[in-house]
Amino acid sequence: MLEVSNLTKSFSDLTVLDGFDLKVKRGRFTTLVGASGCGKSTFFDVLTGVVPRDAGDIVWMGEDVPNLGKKAAYMQQKDLLLPWLSLIDNALLPARIAKRDNGAREKGLSLFNRLGLDGFEDYLPRKVSGGMRQRCALVRTLMFEHDLVLLDEPLSALDAITRRSLQSLLLLLQSEFNKTILMITHDVEEALLLADEVLVLRAFPMTVCESFVLDTPKPRRGDDPDILKIKEHILQVLESEHLNGSASFENRDSESGVGDIL
Amino acid sequence: MKKSTLISLTLIMTVLAVWEMACRFFEVPDFILPAPVQIVTVVLVQAPIILPHAAVTALEIILGIFLSLLVALPLATVMFVRPSIGKALSPFLVVSQAIPVFALAPLLVIWLGYGIASKVLMAAIIIFFPITVSLLEGYRDCGDEYVMFFRLMGAGFWDALRLLYWPWALPFFFAGLKVGVTVATIGAVIGEWVGAQMGLGYLMIQANARLKVDMVFAAILWLSVMGLSLWAFVGFLEKKIITWK
Repeated sequence: MLEVSNLTKSFSDLTVLDGFDLKVKRGRFTTLVGASGCGKSTFFDVLTGVVPRDAGDIVWMGEDVPNLGKKAAYMQQKDLLLPWLSLIDNALLPARIAKRDNGAREKGLSLFNRLGLDGFEDYLPRKVSGGMRQRCALVRTLMFEHDLVLLDEPLSALDAITRRSLQSLLLLLQSEFNKTILMITHDVEEALLLADEVLVLRAFPMTVCESFVLDTPKPRRGDDPDILKIKEHILQVLESEHLNGSASFENRDSESGVGDIL
Repeated sequence: MKKSTLISLTLIMTVLAVWEMACRFFEVPDFILPAPVQIVTVVLVQAPIILPHAAVTALEIILGIFLSLLVALPLATVMFVRPSIGKALSPFLVVSQAIPVFALAPLLVIWLGYGIASKVLMAAIIIFFPITVSLLEGYRDCGDEYVMFFRLMGAGFWDALRLLYWPWALPFFFAGLKVGVTVATIGAVIGEWVGAQMGLGYLMIQANARLKVDMVFAAILWLSVMGLSLWAFVGFLEKKIITWK
């Protein structure tokens, strides 16, 4: 179980997180949905220790930890494959750095097989498509051998078809490898198709304004009436949050005089 | 043949043809400006005299390159890893290039003698600067997300240097090395002008004193061939090593 409590982070006069709380059960797929700039990525940066937190606690599997940097696998929108390494060498990077040689290559090769990268092991990243690169990044994420996986919009740069196939792979990641997944996404439908719980976020400071627990079995269909209903509701919430956010920004600007200048 | 190569060859042939015709037409004496055919004749006929000198200069340049690499690689790495050391060393690095090599050459000959050591050091002083600066720039260019990702993977300094920074900086390093090897001849030849017993610079000074301008041109031709060959060799290495570009 991941438990985040009272997490606080400010950048000069901008408070992004102010006593943010979150609980994620082990083996669950949780998605965070929110408007751009609401602080989702900052939250991940604070979680992983990339950015130091001002206050708050992070507890993973009952252990109070300074951050999840060495406890969680992290995958971003950008695949971050090293262009000079072959796909398999890129995928094996976490094992190589952790000096885990025992069976790492076999595991990597077997994952390549499962994710349809068979035969492309020795290709350089520039020689393959964006979808294949992202699949390779997914194998690399699995090679971390951490139970917790943090995904920061991992599919947002992909086309619709590749995206759909990778969504299935993310489900596989959860079901077959029993990972606890916390994913940031802009795509409400994607969140609803993949997650066990969807948290809708409000900005400045970031708070959970609504949450939806989804018990329907996976894989789900985007045209399922229940999914469509929740999707519509979340979009309305996000839209109103976006309008409120814009209004509050305008107020901030006029208070500071910036609005007058602009 | 590539279009660019064809253009270069045409340009060179045109210049040589105009030069040759001008020398013949105006009957320019050999001790003022020898014609290209005369220079090539000297290169071929006087090869037994020129080659030992060319070999010495080539050795000085190659040793200079190795010496500069020996200094530049750790220096750039230390300057990158410890920015405070980098800042402290930067003025010295600039001064090393601000002082004209002509001013340093007599001193180096006094300190290291008339042998190849002073010339090797002269060449190294000229080469190490572009290599150091380029490599440092390459290290600094490394993408922040990659650095962060390596940190999240728990990579130590050596892992990050070996797997991330060094390959990232390689194209920069080769750019610096290309500049370095082409100017390396300057250092070696200046050293030889000031005081030497062998080398193309020494041969040029001797030939110049005897008004054998064709021999001076023959030495220049050899130096150009050396510079071009080194540049092409580094380019070849770059293509072999940097396969991901």
